[in-house]
Order: sequence, then C-alpha cells, then structure tokens
Amino acid sequence: MKKLNKSTQKLITSISVIALIYIIVCIMDGTGNLSSLMKGLLVPVCAYSLVAVGLNLCVGYLGELSLGHAGFMCVGAFSSAFFSKTFMDVIPDGPRFFLAIVIGTVMAALFGFLIAIPVLRLSGDYLAIVTLAFGEIIKTVITVLYVGVDSRGVHASIKDMMSLGLEPDGKLILNGAQGITGTPRQSTFTLAVLLLILALIVVHNFVNSRTGRAVKAIRDNQIAAETVGLPITKYKLIAFTLSAAIAGVGGVLYSHNINMLVANTNNFGYNMSIMILVYVVLGGIGNISGSVIAAAVLTMLPELLRDLQTYRMLIYSIVLILLMLFNWAPAILKWREKYGLTTSAIVNKFKKTKEVR
Amino acid sequence: MGFLTYLINGLSLGSVYALIALGYTMVYGIAKMLNFAHGDVIMIGAYVVFMTMSNTGLPIPIAIILSIICCTVLGMVIEKIAYAPLRKATNLAVLITAIGVSYFLQNIALMIFGSNPVSFTSVISWEGLSFAGGQLRITGNAIVTIVVCLVIMAALMWFVKYTKPGQAMRAVSEDRDAAMLMGINVNATISLTFAIGSGLAAIAGALLCSSYPSLTPYTGSMPGIKAFTAAVFGGIGSIPGALVGGLLLGIIEILAKAYISSQLADAIVFAVLIIVLLVKPTGILGKQIKEKV
Repeated sequence: MKKLNKSTQKLITSISVIALIYIIVCIMDGTGNLSSLMKGLLVPVCAYSLVAVGLNLCVGYLGELSLGHAGFMCVGAFSSAFFSKTFMDVIPDGPRFFLAIVIGTVMAALFGFLIAIPVLRLSGDYLAIVTLAFGEIIKTVITVLYVGVDSRGVHASIKDMMSLGLEPDGKLILNGAQGITGTPRQSTFTLAVLLLILALIVVHNFVNSRTGRAVKAIRDNQIAAETVGLPITKYKLIAFTLSAAIAGVGGVLYSHNINMLVANTNNFGYNMSIMILVYVVLGGIGNISGSVIAAAVLTMLPELLRDLQTYRMLIYSIVLILLMLFNWAPAILKWREKYGLTTSAIVNKFKKTKEVR
Repeated sequence: MGFLTYLINGLSLGSVYALIALGYTMVYGIAKMLNFAHGDVIMIGAYVVFMTMSNTGLPIPIAIILSIICCTVLGMVIEKIAYAPLRKATNLAVLITAIGVSYFLQNIALMIFGSNPVSFTSVISWEGLSFAGGQLRITGNAIVTIVVCLVIMAALMWFVKYTKPGQAMRAVSEDRDAAMLMGINVNATISLTFAIGSGLAAIAGALLCSSYPSLTPYTGSMPGIKAFTAAVFGGIGSIPGALVGGLLLGIIEILAKAYISSQLADAIVFAVLIIVLLVKPTGILGKQIKEKV
C-alpha cells in the first residue's frame, strides 16, 4: 500500500472514529439505551459540526474571522425548507430531500460568494464586524419576509400576509416572523453522519489541493503570496464560498429536523455565530476534526447538565473560561510543561506504553 | 416637527451608544481585544441602580455612584482574572474568553434577578422642554443623556491628552513594548482603561434604562453589539470616532424606525455600516495603517 501522508492518516482516523461512534449510537438505540433527550440531539450535533467545519475553513485556513456564519446556515435552512414545503406533494420524499440539500448548499454558496466580494476587501476586525452585519441583515430580512405560492407563481411581500394577494388555493410558505412551519422532518442521523464525513473529505481534499495550498500561503503572508503572482481575490473567494456552502449544509440538516423554523437571535443571529466560533476555537483553529469534537461535546454539555437547571449555563460559561485559560494562558502552559501535562506529552506516554506491550 | 423629534431621540440613543462604544474603543486601542462582556457590564450597572433605588430608597445620585463603583471593580476583576493571563495568547483565545465572561455575567444576573423584566424607574425626573406650543417636546431623558455624553466625552479627551495616566494610555496603545521600556506600568494602565470603560458602562446602563425601561439579564447584549458596531463605524481605537459613530448610528436607527420599517431598522443600520466600511475601510475617523513589507 502506498504510504499515506500525515493529514490523510488523520482524516482516516477521524472518519473511522465517527463511524465507530455512529455504530455505538445505533446499537444503543437498537437496545433502547438511548434517552430521548440524546436522540433529539444527534442531528443538531451533526448540523452544528458541519457549520463549525465550514467556519474552521474560513478562520483556520483563510485566516479571516467571520462572525456571520449563522447567516449562511440561515440561508441554507430557509431555502431548503422553502423548497421542501413548496414541492411537498409534487416530488417524492427521497429525491426531494436530495434536491433540498443541493439547493440549500448552492444558495448558501451563492450568498457566501456575493457577500465575499465586498467583504474580502477588508481585513481583521473590520471584516469580522461586516460579516456580523451581513448575518444580522439576513436574519432580519427573513423575519419580515412573507412568501406564498399559488397557480400564478410565487408572491413575496415585506408587509404582511394579506398583501400577497394569494388565490384561495394558494399556499403560504414563509410567514414572516413565524417562519416556515411543517417542514418534513427528513434529517436522519445516518444521513447527517454521511454528510459530515463527506464534508470532512471535501475540506481535506481542498486544503491539500493546489488551491488550498495557495489559500494557506495567502493566510501566512499575503504580500509574499501576491509577489509570487497568486490571484489573491480569486483564492479567497473560493475558500469563503466553500466555507459558506458547508455551513449551508448544516442549515439544511437543522431545518429538516424541526417542525417550526423561525429566525431569531438565538438560532441564526450573532449568538449562534459566536457559539460556532467557540466550537472552532476550542476544537483548535485549523483542526477540522477538533471542531467536530468540540461541537459535539459543547452541544451535549448543557443538555447533560439539564438536571442542574439554572446552574447549567453558568457552569457552561465557567468551563469555557477555564478551558481557554488552561489551553492558552502562557503561565499555565509553562506549568503544564513542567509537570508533563501537555497534549503531546500525554499522547507520547500512550504511544510508549503501547510499544512496551 | 416630527423630524426634529426623531432627530433628538436619535441623538439621545446615539449618546448612549457613544458612551458604550467608548468602553469598546478604549479597550481595543490599548489591549487590542474585543471585550464582548462590555454589554453585560451595562446590564449589571443598571441592575445595581435599580436594586439600590427600589430596596434602600437612597437618593438617585448615590445609587448611580454606587453602580459606577460596582462596575469599575467588576471591570477590573474581570480583566485580572480572565484577560490578563491571556495577554500574550492569540486574539481569538481572548475573544472566546470574553464571550465566556459575557455568558457568565448573563447567567449570574439570571440567577440573582430572574428572567422576568423589571421596570426601571427613570433616574431623571425632569419633564423636559416644550417648544412651539407643545408641538416639539424634548424629554428630560434625552437632554440629560446628550449633555452627559458630551461632558464625559470632553473630559475623557482632556484626560487622555493632558494627564500622565492618559499619556501612558496613548503610549501603550501606540507600542506596548516601547512603553514598557520607558518605565510605564503597562498592567496598571490596562487596568485603568478597563476601570474607566466599565465606569462609563454603568452610566450608560442607567441612561439606557431610563429611556427604555424594561430591564432583563439580556438587556445589555444588543446595545453592546450595536455600540461595538458604532465603535467600528467611527474608527475603532479613536475616542472622537466613538462619539461620531455612536451618534450617527443612533440617528440612523431612529429615522429608519420612523420612516422605513421598525422591523427592518436593524438591517438598515448594519447595511449603512457595510457601505461606510466599503468606502472607507478603517471607519470614519480611523487611521490608515500602512502595511510594511
């Protein structure tokens, strides 16, 4: 067998770990050991993981901080839910969901592309605040949008339901602040896991392709990359669009897992963007499988702490602060090094014990 | 007349944004970090004023002073515990820690004060002025807010320009290492910045809740984001920029609410921000930073 490089080995490891977890969960589900709470979390975990993977591509490889990825998730969620509901009785379930995924992804990619053209002229914190602004705009516009379908075609309004002038047999699909209700719940755990693995493979191939290497070169030193003749804007656009598209897939999964899809600050506003950023930073910037782990653990954590009720978000925030200090504070890092508590030291210990056996 | 009323309301809201934006912009200028927890310090400040006024019956000025002291101490403690250990770490790590602190403050407030909104009694009992036979009314809230904001802004500019600690702040924001070599106590200067920013947040909290009296543990988060936007709008790191950005943002928001759509107001504010940043990528009063090869 051809010797695989390190990054491919890592990819294979993470895919096999995900597959293993999937099998364990399925066995637990089959034997009835899975609480309904956990069951309800399976798809959201995958959806958030996908958005985190997308954001990590942007933050870790493009090197630009985006605070608007919830906006792309929102676009993916609403466009696919819109499609699914409009063609609910026209196209059979399977192909319709497949098309919904495609449409959600393409729409998110399109928005990512359109937003990236102006946004990528800026850099650093200014870029971050503009992406945040775009995310908020997307969310706000969706909450005032009314869209309905009847035999004459699609009607849209930003005033109210009445101004659509729907025919009696027309169907109201997007109902302003009430969002979209009755989206078919087609996101299954199996499908979510498959999409997640697919996204991991796509990101891995992208990062190691010629384009990906160019993106990394731009991240490390834009001026140097420019002087060797790399078209900066083109590569940045490609990376940002791909990042938005992956976030869109997460949105599709999210929207097809709930009955009532509404856009508010907590699920598609800056709060969500920040939440996803927390996953990315805690999982390790530029570490794709780390994002998945962090998303899974941090989505589960508040739910597992549910018994503690009011204390759970408090504990969550304290854990977050302590984790950041533990991982990044120079003084604590020094202390960890002294007592052999760094990640590499711990990993090495395991490796050695294996060799001894 | 309607337009003038909206303009004054906008100026008043903008003054609050400017006060909050000052906290963001000063901390950013000196510590190069986005203090996401700043919005929640405002909320804590407002709660302190509310609790003092409703439980002890102390006069309003004392309640406000108490709130300023609480927020100043809170700001310095947050800085010492959560941000100072990370001073040499990456920006993103500090950002996430700030988000953690923000959640922490919100949830502490949720535990102590509950999630039900309390109705805040205005700290300003003055009715206000009335012009043109009552057609144009300016509330006392609006006048006091605007005046307080302008006075604080002037005082702060004087402080930064002419006093020793102010000069130290400018030096640290210019070049931290060089300032250290010149014998400036960088840690103390950063603490001072957090103290001033948080003290201003307490005032902003009292003024904000006087105009918008419903107070919940999440009250601070949206004005916080808006004020941060205002700071970027005016050019982050610049004190006059915070004033200009805050006032413009407030006016745009109120006018958009009045004339276009109250639901779309936020979207319009952010759209204007995007347009400004595309034309002038460092904000209205921001300095252009030359890139060195």
